[in-house]
Amino acid sequence: MNAGAGKNRIGAITPATAGSVLDIANLSVSVRGEDGEREVVSNLSLTLARGETLCIAGESGSGKSMTALAIMQLLPQPAARISSGKIRLGDTDLTVLDERRMRRVRGDRIAMIFQEPMTSLNPVLSIGQQLTESIEAHTSLSPAEARQRAIEALKAVRISEAESRLRQFPHELSGGMRQRVMIAMALALEPNVLIADEPTTALDVTVQGEVLELLRDLQRQHGTSIILITHDMGVVAEMADRVIIMRHGRMVEEGKTSDIFARPRADYTRELLAAVPRIGSGVGRQKSRHMETATPASVASVEDLHVRFDLRGGVFGRVTRRVHAVEGVSFSIAPNETLALVGESGCGKSTTAKALAGLVPYSGDIIVGGRNLSGLGRDERKAVRRDVQMIFQDPFASLDPRMRVGDLVAEPLVIHGIASRDERSQRVAALFERVGLSADQMDLYPHEFSGGQRQRVCIARALALRPKLIIADESVSALDVSVQARVLDLLKELQREFGVAYLFISHDMAVVENISDRVAVMYLGQIVEMGTRDQVFSNPRHPYTRRLIEAVPVPDPARRRSRFARLDQEIPSATRRIGEAPLKLALQDVGNGHLVAADSSPV
Amino acid sequence: MIAYLGRRVIQSLLILLGVSLITFALLYLLPADPVRQIAGRSATPQTVENIRQQLGLDQPFVVQYWHYLTRLVSGDLGRSYIQRSEVTELIVSRLPASLLLMVGAILCELLIGLSMGLIAAVKRGTATDQTLMVASFVGVSAPQFVVGLLLLYVFAVRLSWFPIGGYGTWRHLVLPSLTMGILGAGWYARMMRSSMIDVLRQDYVRTARAKGLARGAIVFRHALPNAILPVIAMIGIDIGIFMGGIVVVESVFGWPGIGQLAWQAIQRVDIPIIMGVTLVSAFAIVLGNLLADIIAPFIDPRIKLR
Repeated sequence: MNAGAGKNRIGAITPATAGSVLDIANLSVSVRGEDGEREVVSNLSLTLARGETLCIAGESGSGKSMTALAIMQLLPQPAARISSGKIRLGDTDLTVLDERRMRRVRGDRIAMIFQEPMTSLNPVLSIGQQLTESIEAHTSLSPAEARQRAIEALKAVRISEAESRLRQFPHELSGGMRQRVMIAMALALEPNVLIADEPTTALDVTVQGEVLELLRDLQRQHGTSIILITHDMGVVAEMADRVIIMRHGRMVEEGKTSDIFARPRADYTRELLAAVPRIGSGVGRQKSRHMETATPASVASVEDLHVRFDLRGGVFGRVTRRVHAVEGVSFSIAPNETLALVGESGCGKSTTAKALAGLVPYSGDIIVGGRNLSGLGRDERKAVRRDVQMIFQDPFASLDPRMRVGDLVAEPLVIHGIASRDERSQRVAALFERVGLSADQMDLYPHEFSGGQRQRVCIARALALRPKLIIADESVSALDVSVQARVLDLLKELQREFGVAYLFISHDMAVVENISDRVAVMYLGQIVEMGTRDQVFSNPRHPYTRRLIEAVPVPDPARRRSRFARLDQEIPSATRRIGEAPLKLALQDVGNGHLVAADSSPV
Repeated sequence: MIAYLGRRVIQSLLILLGVSLITFALLYLLPADPVRQIAGRSATPQTVENIRQQLGLDQPFVVQYWHYLTRLVSGDLGRSYIQRSEVTELIVSRLPASLLLMVGAILCELLIGLSMGLIAAVKRGTATDQTLMVASFVGVSAPQFVVGLLLLYVFAVRLSWFPIGGYGTWRHLVLPSLTMGILGAGWYARMMRSSMIDVLRQDYVRTARAKGLARGAIVFRHALPNAILPVIAMIGIDIGIFMGGIVVVESVFGWPGIGQLAWQAIQRVDIPIIMGVTLVSAFAIVLGNLLADIIAPFIDPRIKLR
C-alpha cells in the first residue's frame, strides 16, 4: 500500500523533523459553560516519536479526550476552543490551519478511532461505502482502485471474506468486528499518527485482547505513531512505550511505562495504581464466614431457569425463531454471601438477574426466602420481592432527573406502604449518612451529583427496603477506578453490617475477584463453571474461564504478554430456529463443590 | 417481505371495515333526516314515507349496513340521493383532481419544509435559524382558509401571477398546493431541524469529520438519510390531515375534487357520497402509511419488514 499520493502533503515529515512526528507545546483548551470559560486542558506539552505508542491515561474529566479532539481540530463547536499553544505535525502548526487544509490532514495524516464501535459507524451506509469514501476523499484513486484498497485494508485487520464484507452494514457485524473496520478505515491511508480514544473500553475482554494485539502488529508493520487514550492501567501496561498521566486537565507525570509503574513519582499516580483492581490480589483474602459455619438456608435460589424471547415472522406473525437467553441456570445465594456472575456480552447474565428481580417472564423456579415465586399471586409476589433489590450500571440513566434524590430513595418505601412520612424521611436521612452522603443533600437533584455519588444514591435506594439480596448489575463498571474502589469498599461494609447477599454481575474479572465469595461463569446462556473464588481463579478448569482470565490486561509492564491467543470464530448466536434446542451442558463436581461443564466443545 | 405485505393487507381490510361501520353508525344516529332533504319541505308525509321505503331507510340498522357491505364488496358504493348518479362514478371523476392537488401539496411541504429544517439545523443558533423557525411557526399556526385567501389576494388579485381559481394548467395548481403545503411545511421544518440536530451530534458524524470529509458529504451523505427517517413515517400520517384540508382548500379555490364533492354532500346529508368519500380517504391513509413503511428499509438497512 503506497498511501495518499505523497506529494505536497501538509505537515510533511522531513529529515529535519524526523525525531518527532507530533509536537504539542503549551496547549490549553477551554470550554465555555454557564459559569464562564473553564480550562479543561492546561498547558500541556508532549512529543510523539515515530513508531512510538504514547498512552494518555487518566480518569474522566482529566482532559485526555479533549486533547485528542484538539489535535484533530474537532473540538465541540462552538463551546470549546484552543485558547493557547501549538500543535505541530511535522513542520506545520495545525492550530492555524484553515478548515479546508485541516480536512486534508484529518484521515490522511492523523486518523482517529473512537470508543463506541456500535455508534461510530454510520448505520445506513455499507462498510464498503464508508471505507472507500475516505480513500477517495484523500487520493486520486478511481472507485475500483479505492475498492481494492479497501479490501486490502480489511484484510490487514484480519477480517475474513473481505470482499463480501464491503456490502454489509454495520449492524450485521459484532462489536469487535466493527472496531476492526474502524481501524481499517483509519489505517487505509497509512497516517503518520493514529489517535485511539478508549478503543477497547466498550469491547468484551477477549475481543479487547485481539484488538490491542492487532494495533501492535499494524504499528510494527507501518511504523505508525499511536496516541492511545485510556482509563485502564492494564491496557497502558500492555501497550505503551511512554505514559502521560493526566488529572483535571494537567499533566501529572510523564515517563517510560516501566518507570511509571515501578517508581511512580506523583502521589496521584500512586493512588491511581493502588486503586486498580488486579487479578491475583484477591487470592488469600479471608474466606467468607458462611464457608466456615454450616451452610444456612439460602436467601435466594434459582432452579433450572430458562428465559427465551420469541422472534416472530410470516403472514400470521408466528414464532419462527427464539433467543435462548438463559438455558437451565441453577444457583443459590446464602446470606452474607457475594455470588458473582461473569461472562461476556450476550451470555445471559443480565437476563438472569432480571428474571430474579421479576422484570422478565421466565420458566423454572425462583425461590426467595423459602417461597417459590411461581406459585404466588401478584400481591404476595410483590411482598416477597421486597427482599430483592437492584442497582444498575449507569448511575446517570437510572435516576429520574426530575425527582429529588431524597424522594428517589424514599420511593420504594412509599410503593410498599412502609412507615409514615416523618419516619420515612428519617430513614432516608440515615441511609444517606450510611452510604457516605450527607442528609442535607436529600433535596438536591441527580444532576448535581458526580457519577460515584449517584451510584451511592442508587445503593441507598436499594437498601431502603432492607433487602436480603441486592442484585448489582455492572454497578461499578461506569465508574473511574478510584471511585470504583471506594464504592466496592462501601458494598463490602454494608454486607458486613446488614448481612445482605449480593448477586454481583460483571464482565470485569479483576473486580469480580476483588469482591466475590463464589463465582459462576456464564457462556451462551449456561453456566460453564461455578465454584468459590479461589477455585475459579486459582484453578480454572473450563477453557472459557481460562480464556476470560488470561484476556485481562495485567497492570504490570513486566508481565506484558507476547501474544494473545486468538479466537478464530466469533461467539455463536443464542438465536435458534424453533425446535433446535441448544445442547444442555451437564455440570460435574471436580472436588469441594467446584462445578465444571463436562462438555467444553462449544468454546 | 411477501408475508409482511400479506399481513398488512389483511390489517388494512380490517381497518377499512371498522371505518365503514363507524361512519355508517354515525350517519345513522345523525339527527338530520336525509329523506326530508330529498323530498323538500312541501312534501306530504306519504311521499316522505315512500322515499324512505324506496331507499331502504326504514329497515333496521343492521340490515341497512349489511346491504351496504354486500354491495361494497362488488365495488358498488350506491347511488347519490341528490345527484341521482353512481357514487363510484362521481368519485372516480373527481379523484384525479384531488390526487394532483395532494401530490402538489406534498411536494410543496417537503421541498419547503425539509430544506428549511436542514438549513436551520446546520446553521443552528444563528439568525438564519431563528428566522426560519419563526417562519415555520407562522406556517403551522395560520389557518388554511386564511392562508388561501391571503395567497389569492396577493398572487392572483394584486399581482395576477396565477389564476384566481379553477382547474386545468399547472398555474392553477400552484396556489392551492401552496395553501395545503404551508401547514405541513411548518411541521416538517421543525421535525427535520430537531432530527437533523440530533443526528449531527452522533458519533458517526464525528467519525465522518475525523476522516476529513467535506461538509457537503457529511451533511447529505452521512446525516440526511438518518435524519429523514422519522419524517418519512410522518408522510403516511399526513395524508389523513390532507383529507381534512382538502375540503377547505378545494372550496376556496373552486378545485373540482372530492373535497368539494364531500362538502356538498355533507350539506345535503347525501349519505352514500359521504360514505364513499370517507372510505376512499381511509383507503388513501392506509395506503400512505403502508408506502411509508415500505420505503423505510431502503433508507435504513436495519429496518426489516416481517
